[in-house]
Amino acid sequence: MDTLNLLLDGMANALTPENLAFAAIGVLLGTFVGVLPGIGPAMAVALLLPITYGLEPTQSFILFAGIYYGGMYGGSTTSILLNTPGESASVMTAIEGNKMAKKGRAAQALATAAIGSFVAGTIGTLLVAFLTPWLAEIAVEIGAASYFAIMLLSLVLVTAVLGSSKLRGFIGLFIGLTIGLVGLDLSTGQARLTGGILQLADGVDIVVVAVGIFAIGEALWIAAHLRRQPIDVIPVGRPFMSRDDWARSWKPWLRGTALGFPFGALPAGGAETPTFLSYVLERRLSRKKEEFGHGAIEGVAGPEAANNASAAGMFVPLLALGLPVTATAAVLLAAMRTYGIVPGPTLMTDQPELVWTLLASLLIGNTLLLVINLPLAPMWAKLLQIPRPQLYAGILFFASLGAYAVNQSAFDVALLLVFGAVGFAVRRFGIPILPLILGVIIGPLMETKMREALDLSNGDISGLFNEPLAIAIYVLLAIILIAPPVIQRVRGAPLVPRELDEQETRR
Amino acid sequence: MSVVVGYIPNEYGEAALTEALAEAVRRGTGVVVVNTTKGDSLVDKKYLGDEARSGLEQRLSAAPVDVELRQSVGADPADEILNVAREVGADALVIGIRHRSQVGKMLMGSVAMRLLMEAPCPVVAVKP
Repeated sequence: MDTLNLLLDGMANALTPENLAFAAIGVLLGTFVGVLPGIGPAMAVALLLPITYGLEPTQSFILFAGIYYGGMYGGSTTSILLNTPGESASVMTAIEGNKMAKKGRAAQALATAAIGSFVAGTIGTLLVAFLTPWLAEIAVEIGAASYFAIMLLSLVLVTAVLGSSKLRGFIGLFIGLTIGLVGLDLSTGQARLTGGILQLADGVDIVVVAVGIFAIGEALWIAAHLRRQPIDVIPVGRPFMSRDDWARSWKPWLRGTALGFPFGALPAGGAETPTFLSYVLERRLSRKKEEFGHGAIEGVAGPEAANNASAAGMFVPLLALGLPVTATAAVLLAAMRTYGIVPGPTLMTDQPELVWTLLASLLIGNTLLLVINLPLAPMWAKLLQIPRPQLYAGILFFASLGAYAVNQSAFDVALLLVFGAVGFAVRRFGIPILPLILGVIIGPLMETKMREALDLSNGDISGLFNEPLAIAIYVLLAIILIAPPVIQRVRGAPLVPRELDEQETRR
Repeated sequence: MSVVVGYIPNEYGEAALTEALAEAVRRGTGVVVVNTTKGDSLVDKKYLGDEARSGLEQRLSAAPVDVELRQSVGADPADEILNVAREVGADALVIGIRHRSQVGKMLMGSVAMRLLMEAPCPVVAVKP
């Protein structure tokens, strides 16, 4: 009951006209970036980081949360109408959704995606509200050694489990970790990897890295592939569903939610796996199996719900442990740090107003998405006609402005270009971006915890293994790394479907 | 020798196409239909997709004159139409034109304007 009261308090805070306006701006902006392939919520939040210097923390997190949920919603619109997933978690939606649209059922596909997202997002957010305080309470007890192990686990999971090429994943991770190392050593104050450049002594600002990798890298990539044959868009009216569609959708929504949430909450990263599992599950359970591959509504409802539930689940490790598992969460964490908020188990007790208002605004944002966006679907489809040179000119403008605004130094703009080049290179060589950005953010956190653990044991390596939880996690880690190749050999088929891998490189 | 027409799938393009067919009959030549896009946006409604293209081809096969349909991606539409007109040694160029507001004239470069000024042959401008 306590949780419910806190959530209602948060709701009261979030329902002020000003906060409501930020939620609305957030979801609209999020949908905007979600609809356009290549521009995701992570990039949008990174670009907006400097704008929030003038905002209260609560308001900017309401804005960011809106962008995050809006981005998920927008991605499904593009998948269905264009067969071009706006972001990697929408790949599965595209399979059935686009077939439905081609059969003239675009309106129903959009409706089941939107309402499914709403259902999953709402249930997911409520689960976050009830689970996070509980997890945070346990997490306070966790020692530095176990923290280090948990972070290691999440980095390895994101890098090794997702994507076809472990090598590419680890290359991305190590690039990220290296960027995170730049600056003064925590305890000795020695300069690391600064190359004698004084401005690098404070480390590289995460805003510059995120904006460079996401925005500049993507802009360069688009510039290199600018002229393309336009894709046929499927015209769509106002989304609606018949009674039969409702009957066929509600179970996949709930099943998708049940699959998606745990995957989002575990530090396994991303919504790709649960959306894929949900698709497979719906195909297996469906009484109209022959419809799959030809536009089955269950194949849109399930994955789309799984997608949003896992998007909500991401807030559990972020709020309870200060551990980001997706690119957007990583940028959100960076935003918390610019406000001087310490993410971690104490966040719930230090900043209760922020956390509960954020959770309440997630619920509100979700509802706004449904109310505002469902009738606007035809308008969102029009966004795809924006010529890319104009669009990316705007993105580059905001990117440079943002990088300069961090410290008002021209050096950061030069640094931005360097990271832009890195961003272009990782796209060119198919290196996934998620491990890279998580490496930049989690790397320094991990180092702090490792130093803490080693200081306690006077530098003895056993300090990293002196907690049962840490040992359990290392065992789990070993199993995760060893099991897939073994299973693959036995089954003779890769665990992660091909479609997901192809998307991985474009994120 | 033929009549070149700039075509986009809307009323302006249709008006131009109808006029181009009539012009070709009058001159006793064929028609080259040009449909082109800069290809810099994800979706361009002025560019024919596969389905729309085969629909148009079917319609044009009933025309009393020889019709050739050319599509291109990447070049500026005005440049592309002018190139085709020079290449086939066009007798005439047919385009659809529309009214633009004062603001529109300032903001948007006009393909029709460039064609009228730079075409190597007489230009027939049609309104729907």
